[in-house]
Amino acid sequence: MNGIPMEHGLLLSVTLFVLGLIGVLARRNLIMILMSLEVMLNATGLAFIVAGARWGQADGQIMFLLILTLAAAEVGVGLGLVLQIFRRFHTLDADSLNGMKG
Amino acid sequence: MKVIELLGWIPLFPFLGFLILVLAGDRFSKPLITWLGVGSVAVAAILVALIGAEFLNGTMEPYRMVLGVWMDVDDLSIPIGFYLDALSVTMLFVVTGVGFLIHVYSAGFMASDPGYASFSAYMNLFVSAMLVLVLADNLVLLYLGWEGVGLGSYLLIGFWYEDTNNGYAARKAFVMTRVGDTALLIGLFLLFTQLHTFDIQILMLRATSHWAPGALLPVAAATLLLGGALGKSAQLPLQSWLPDAMAGPTPVSALIHAATMVTAGVYLIARTNALFMMAPSVQFAVAVIGALTLLMSGCSALVQTDIKRILAYSTISQIGYMFLALGVGAWPSAIFHLLTHAFFKALLFLAAGAVIFCFHHEHNIFKMGGLRKAMPLAFWSFLIGSAALSALPFTSGFYSKHEILLAAFDASPGLWAAGCLGAIITGIYCFRLVFVVFFGRECPVIETRLGWQMSIPLVLLGALALFGGMLKIPLDSVFPVLFNNDPAFDLVAVITATAPLIGLSIAALFYLTGTFSAQRLVDFRVANQMRIFCFNGWGVDALYGALVVRPFKAIAKLNKNDAVDRAYTGIALLSRGGHLMASASQTGRIRWYVSSMALGTVVIIAIGLLS
Repeated sequence: MNGIPMEHGLLLSVTLFVLGLIGVLARRNLIMILMSLEVMLNATGLAFIVAGARWGQADGQIMFLLILTLAAAEVGVGLGLVLQIFRRFHTLDADSLNGMKG
Repeated sequence: MKVIELLGWIPLFPFLGFLILVLAGDRFSKPLITWLGVGSVAVAAILVALIGAEFLNGTMEPYRMVLGVWMDVDDLSIPIGFYLDALSVTMLFVVTGVGFLIHVYSAGFMASDPGYASFSAYMNLFVSAMLVLVLADNLVLLYLGWEGVGLGSYLLIGFWYEDTNNGYAARKAFVMTRVGDTALLIGLFLLFTQLHTFDIQILMLRATSHWAPGALLPVAAATLLLGGALGKSAQLPLQSWLPDAMAGPTPVSALIHAATMVTAGVYLIARTNALFMMAPSVQFAVAVIGALTLLMSGCSALVQTDIKRILAYSTISQIGYMFLALGVGAWPSAIFHLLTHAFFKALLFLAAGAVIFCFHHEHNIFKMGGLRKAMPLAFWSFLIGSAALSALPFTSGFYSKHEILLAAFDASPGLWAAGCLGAIITGIYCFRLVFVVFFGRECPVIETRLGWQMSIPLVLLGALALFGGMLKIPLDSVFPVLFNNDPAFDLVAVITATAPLIGLSIAALFYLTGTFSAQRLVDFRVANQMRIFCFNGWGVDALYGALVVRPFKAIAKLNKNDAVDRAYTGIALLSRGGHLMASASQTGRIRWYVSSMALGTVVIIAIGLLS
């Protein structure tokens, strides 16, 4: 039934995850960071789906649904914060927003 | 109830006076403070008079009274016990009698001082401690009184503490006597570990029965006790605190640094005379120290210009006579001289206080002069006091000093010669003081009126100084009789009696008639250097400065950053460094945090995979 081997799916997931991480690390714009975070979340979701399909278990899909809700909530809160930050500091540069320096 | 059972109340009244005055004295009016301060000592003096009369008229059996237990641990039991014998009765009379007169005097002298209440409180504390000292039946209680008088002395020397120098003088007195006190304390420990009791009478009995005369232990114990006595009585080599102690108010100098506290060392040695007789070498050392001290401080007194410092050096010198007497075994003569010295030296100090009072705290004798007419009472007091001090025939000092010198001749003619030379010197400096202050060019006096509080003690002490030699104190019950005072040495007695007259005539030639001039003497370089040397108390202060103070300061400077503190500072530095490192990692940059999290996760997973 499954023509695609699990390794391929996982490889894709890892690639997406690393790309997302690089995005979080390399981008300075907060919105881009949030987007990269979404990519990372979806990469994890993909890994769950692939694993679920491999063993024929529904758990993987349930976890994906959980991640979807989590991502939605996260984006909601995150964008809200971004809005507030922009209103207050008139910038979205993550590096210049370092007022919490110890 | 017999009067003698009131013994325990004697030190209590001055102590109660101290407590009330120190706690609430600031709120009382001046007359009330006077009534409390002088009254408490007056009550003690009345009690002493009653008890003393009963004791002296009775069998003179020593009376012991235990008020309670101070501490009781294993085989160490220290009662609060008082012991009354002829010696302590004599001391009681001196402390309360002279003490009372000086309290009355200070009511006039200190009346306008803002610290009058605390002054009275400290004076009462001192009297109370001194009474405990002389009444104690064991050495620990005696030590309590011993330190109590030291505290009183410290508080009163530094009474005018706004002047820093007075504070330094107080500290010097306290620290220097503390050197002796430490020796005394070690002596107490030695006696207890060896003889297992602190009770003085039992201690003396056991010392004579357990130890061989001249053995190591009695010599060590006597030396340590002597150390304490040297400190308290300002004898060589711990004498240099007393002249500086004159920074205190004059009644304090009269009470503490002339009549009572400084004679505590004499009392201690007399009280433990059995121990000193077990250590003949130490006893001889006492005599030699006494002789040296009386000569050295006599020379210093010759060249001083401060009226109180002259008297201070003369006090050291007179206590030197007492030590000489103790050293040659003339115990009753030492106590007799203690008694007469308390009278005439208190008189001299109080008269000096009157002069200082009238000159508004001028101390330099060369700025005074011709006071004979302006202040007849002070003049006569001074004259009587000086006559007694220099032991002119038929004054009180003559009887006591004569006894001492004859006993000294019995022991060693060398000591007698030193004593006679000292008597000449005493005559010179005494009458130098009298002639300079009361004769010669007249100085305008600022104020001549003395209140009755100041005149009555002068009159009474004057009478005592003049006739105190008639008092026969029955000390034979306390001391072993070693000398038969039969006047076999006629020539010696004559020389002894004329020595002060020689001194008097020398002083008269220099300062009364002006036949010789001290100024011309000073023009010689050697003489002037000697004058400066004596003026500075034979350089003892400089010597101690070089030997003790400077090395101590150097060590203190070296160890300014306390070595022990370093460990704790190290801990503080370590946590401070950790804090800096931790806070440096908090950059406030999200991307930095994310990368460190990612890196951390990778490291943890790697560890999980590899292990």
